[in-house]
Amino acid sequence: MNLAESPKLEDFGHDVWWIILIKVVGIFAFLVVMTLFTIWYERKVVGRMQHRPGPNRVGPIGLLQSLADGLKLAFKEDIMPKLADKAVFFIAPVISTVCAFTAFSIMPLGGMVSIFGERTPLQLTDLPVAVLLVLACGGLGIYGIVLGGWASGSTYPLLGGLRSAAQMISYEVAMGLSIVAVFMTAGSMSTSEIVAAQANGSQQEIFGSTVTLPGWYFLMLLPSFLIYFISAVGETNRAPFDLPEAESELVGGFHTEYSSLKFALFFLAEYINMVTVSALCTTLFLGGWRAPAPITTWWAGANEGWWPLLWFTVKVLILLFVFVWLRGTLPRLRYDQFMRFGWKVLVPINLVWILLVAGVRVAANADNTVRYAIYGGFAVLLVGIIMFWPAKKQVEPASIAPEKLPEGSFPIPPMDLVVPPSPRTKRIEHAAAAPSATPEQGE
Amino acid sequence: MCGVDYLGSYRLLGLLLILGAAFFTVAFTANRLLSRRAPSAGKNATYECGIDPVGGDWAQAQVRYYVYAYLYVLFAVESVFLFPWAVTYALDGFGMVTVVEMAIFVAVLALGLLYAWRKRVLSWT
Repeated sequence: MNLAESPKLEDFGHDVWWIILIKVVGIFAFLVVMTLFTIWYERKVVGRMQHRPGPNRVGPIGLLQSLADGLKLAFKEDIMPKLADKAVFFIAPVISTVCAFTAFSIMPLGGMVSIFGERTPLQLTDLPVAVLLVLACGGLGIYGIVLGGWASGSTYPLLGGLRSAAQMISYEVAMGLSIVAVFMTAGSMSTSEIVAAQANGSQQEIFGSTVTLPGWYFLMLLPSFLIYFISAVGETNRAPFDLPEAESELVGGFHTEYSSLKFALFFLAEYINMVTVSALCTTLFLGGWRAPAPITTWWAGANEGWWPLLWFTVKVLILLFVFVWLRGTLPRLRYDQFMRFGWKVLVPINLVWILLVAGVRVAANADNTVRYAIYGGFAVLLVGIIMFWPAKKQVEPASIAPEKLPEGSFPIPPMDLVVPPSPRTKRIEHAAAAPSATPEQGE
Repeated sequence: MCGVDYLGSYRLLGLLLILGAAFFTVAFTANRLLSRRAPSAGKNATYECGIDPVGGDWAQAQVRYYVYAYLYVLFAVESVFLFPWAVTYALDGFGMVTVVEMAIFVAVLALGLLYAWRKRVLSWT
């Protein structure tokens, strides 16, 4: 593996203007093509999972279907609902899409390449805090959805916007905390340095013996990887966490009132966000653009030149397949289950895991007394958690009495409404029990 | 590293924003010029769910959404302190004391989460 090929932070920010322009346009094209391809890929995979062919009319095996749909959508008549807040209604999809595009600018797509004789890293830019840029763009992207829902002047979009705000901020917390363990292990927040840190396995001393840990963080930091991926699904509003646009509850969610190009922009932003979180997952946990181990043993040049782009894309597509797989397999969660999972499972596990990682890392370099103190501390913490784990209490089902509702509301049946047992069930049970007790009496 | 170089990588992000704005201008102009227009009163009405909407555009929203926003602020502030710590805690001169300090800080915030938990803020009734 040639480590000289991997760019450092000093390599960024020296590009000629036309190289920057090429990179910007290249990333834009990459994202748009990935979006079009992912829509086709998703429909095809879900189709196969449901025993139907999926799109197969436009282009070879339906490949151009999403391009045709996108073009048609973009040139439809743009409808502005009368009740909508005009300016905010227009700006909301723009915010979503700009944030989605900007987040991708720090993704390392490869090592050093030469474009028309100029040596440059295959990455638009890198900052010492690059990963935080992705989190920031994710956080700002929520504005697009909330404002879009609010500005529509309609009930369901408003509820969808509120839901997605609560959902995305909750899962952003889990996502941010899951990334901390990566920062701790890599010692950097810059994406190119995190990829470089995963290039070689590291020597670690655990319980007195030296072991070589594999380079990719998804093995070493498995809990972080799992929490990251789960919260990424929640963050991108994908099934089974697609509550903001739950069709059976909220029609279309926050984009119900949107049409034409503005709707297409929301759609584009959603798919770009999927690509971005998959790309960030690849970068942080799956070794980034580096080829997986068996390939590099057979072929030394796998990480040179433009080849990394291929490995990167393949890894992203595999992660996108998992997104589609989840959608094809799991039913949608209920809102309370979803929020409970985020705050009561993901966040506490994350906090304990961060301290565990920090403790083990410091313990490896400390003398014996400190080491035993750390392990003892963790043992006490574990026992404490087990002892003070809140016992499951039976929660009384809430009932909304009709008189509590405000004036002019629709009548709602009580929440604790119980369907009276059907007279037939008693007869059937009786008939089933009867033959053994009194065989001579039939019904 | 001097200040100009450091900000150079941020200048790129500015360029990205300008190009993004250009993209939207072109896209919306193309849509304006090329799409057919046949306005009618029915199209401009709120769609909601396909049936004529009843009442106004405001719905009663659960207060819990705001509670989650407060919790988010709590943990966003925690992250602000956690991220720089995560990068530097293993460097020379830091060590056991740094980890214990962060453990105490995280424990205090976890206490906040526990409080919300016990107050049944997190369960959706």
